[in-house]
Amino acid sequence: MSIKFTEDHEWVLLEGDVATIGVSNYAQEQLGDVVYVEVPQVGSDVAKGDELAVVESVKAASEVYSPVSGEVIEVNGDLEETPTLVNEDPLDGGWFAKIKVTDASEIDELMDEAAYKTFVEGLE
Amino acid sequence: MLNRQGRSTQAVGTEDTEMDMETFTGNKGLNHETPLIFEQGLPGRVGVDMAEPKEVKSRLGGLERKDPIGLPDLSEPQVLRHFVRLSRQNYSIDSGFYPLGSCTMKHNPRINEKVARLAGLGDLHPLQPVSTVQGALELIDSLAHWLKTITGMPAVAMSPAAGAHGELCGVMAIRAAHEANGQARTRILVPESAHGTNPATAALCGYKVDAVPAREDGRMDLEAFATKLGPDLAGVMLTNPNTCGLFETDVKKIADMVHEIGGYFYCDGANLNAILGRVRPGDLGVDAMHINLHKTFSTPHGGGGPGSGPVVLSEALAPFAPVPFVTHGAKGFDLIEHARGEAAASFGRMKTYHGQMGMFIRALAYMQSHGADGLRQIAEDAVLNANYIRVGLNDLLHSPFKGVCMHEALFDDSSLKGTGVTTLDLAKALIDEGFHPMTMYFPLVVHGAMLIEPTESESRQTLDEFIGAMRHLLGKAKAGEADYFLGAPHFAPRRRLDETGAARNPILRWTSPAAGQLADDVTLSAAS
Repeated sequence: MSIKFTEDHEWVLLEGDVATIGVSNYAQEQLGDVVYVEVPQVGSDVAKGDELAVVESVKAASEVYSPVSGEVIEVNGDLEETPTLVNEDPLDGGWFAKIKVTDASEIDELMDEAAYKTFVEGLE
Repeated sequence: MLNRQGRSTQAVGTEDTEMDMETFTGNKGLNHETPLIFEQGLPGRVGVDMAEPKEVKSRLGGLERKDPIGLPDLSEPQVLRHFVRLSRQNYSIDSGFYPLGSCTMKHNPRINEKVARLAGLGDLHPLQPVSTVQGALELIDSLAHWLKTITGMPAVAMSPAAGAHGELCGVMAIRAAHEANGQARTRILVPESAHGTNPATAALCGYKVDAVPAREDGRMDLEAFATKLGPDLAGVMLTNPNTCGLFETDVKKIADMVHEIGGYFYCDGANLNAILGRVRPGDLGVDAMHINLHKTFSTPHGGGGPGSGPVVLSEALAPFAPVPFVTHGAKGFDLIEHARGEAAASFGRMKTYHGQMGMFIRALAYMQSHGADGLRQIAEDAVLNANYIRVGLNDLLHSPFKGVCMHEALFDDSSLKGTGVTTLDLAKALIDEGFHPMTMYFPLVVHGAMLIEPTESESRQTLDEFIGAMRHLLGKAKAGEADYFLGAPHFAPRRRLDETGAARNPILRWTSPAAGQLADDVTLSAAS
């Protein structure tokens, strides 16, 4: 399963029935230096489109929306101490949460890497 | 080199080196440095000479403090110099142009201050018997009358302490009204461009916040709004003019649509200055709107506050207004202080005492010294000044939305693309030119936003000087002089601050170096 992107600049990577979620490189560039990340509670249920996390940068506080529905089974605890991970390594070390998805087909409608690249170029 | 006043800016022989020069004291001429006040203390130094107290017998039963309380020992001139020096590093509307968008940093007329200091008003205590404060209550009642007349609304809650507190008051009244009707509504609509306090207020009142997107022209998308209406909707919160400096032309339709499904219309009155005396929010179907006396009615803010945020209410919401409020009783003016009797439906009290009395006095002084014609001219001049800036810059900076603006001019950063200069860098360079920067990166819906609100206070000369400075800086940016901006501000008491570092690793408390030493000693002795 390859990485997929939303129009709100989240990425999601599905492995089995577990989706890892973060924000894209474009998103971290736009946010500027991230100073605080609020991650969800492990065990909480989220629906697609719900607020999953909050990212605070020197410019603004922004919500991260869940691209999938399911149960939060793990969160990236490193972000509390090291929010810079979102800037430095958005697609790997800067992940926010892992969700056990209830409907994997929600991911099908998202953009693949090439489509997202075109989408971002359209925003520039 | 001569400045624009024809005076030399540099001493002979100091060209190009001035910025690198360091003095022995760290002071820059008459701009003094001052250490933290805790670093200035010297044990035993005092500012007053008091007689030693006679033998006192403690009644605290052994709970009295034994250790020093850790305040610095200082003389009076030391304290005075410390705070005067700090104040000289500050910036205020009294020292220069302050075009901070959405904040309405207008001149605070001195007559307001004179009236607020009259002994008959300034020396009152809120716990005095009502019979001894009739004049003060009449003043609150008069101000309430002006606010109701200006907005075309039937009622006003005077006690909220500022804008966000007023929003809280309005949304609590909306919630109380729904609860009184036996309805548990769960959702509030807020446009994407809203002030951050709008969704925060709705969330604090337990509502789910649902964002409504904006149209291409910067106004709320009416079609998207229509799809979000439903029986679970408590209301909509809308700023008008909105944070893009644009009048929401569909505002009456929005009010009618939300009323049709039994919801209420909260209007964020932060931008009332643009429509003062020209538009009555009551005619637009508003159910609740806070009025920032500290913006529209010139009471001091931005460090000089406090704020004050009375909330005008529609007939439907008036019964739920908070206590206290002023009434006309049998023996003159009276105060209703408790949620019972004629205030039985009130949602309660949200502030000690009766509101920001000092601000009420100043706001009424402002209204009465302007008169109805003067208040109307405020809106006209505020809008004219904003458009003067917009037109003065729109060949160099891009406006995201076409056409005439209201009280603030909004630009995005597309014109800076490829220059290596960002909105932030431009704002820092404005400090060097002696201006408070504009609002940056807000509203969030505009990329690299610059929101400039000149207010009606400024003369054409000031506006020309600001436009000139902006054009000068934009010229530099476009000529490839990015380095100049990256180092800015060059002339402020402090250079570019590490905002990221300050947010990531804030030092919120001063610790005495001696205490630190002590802690090290303890650690050492424990280790050995």
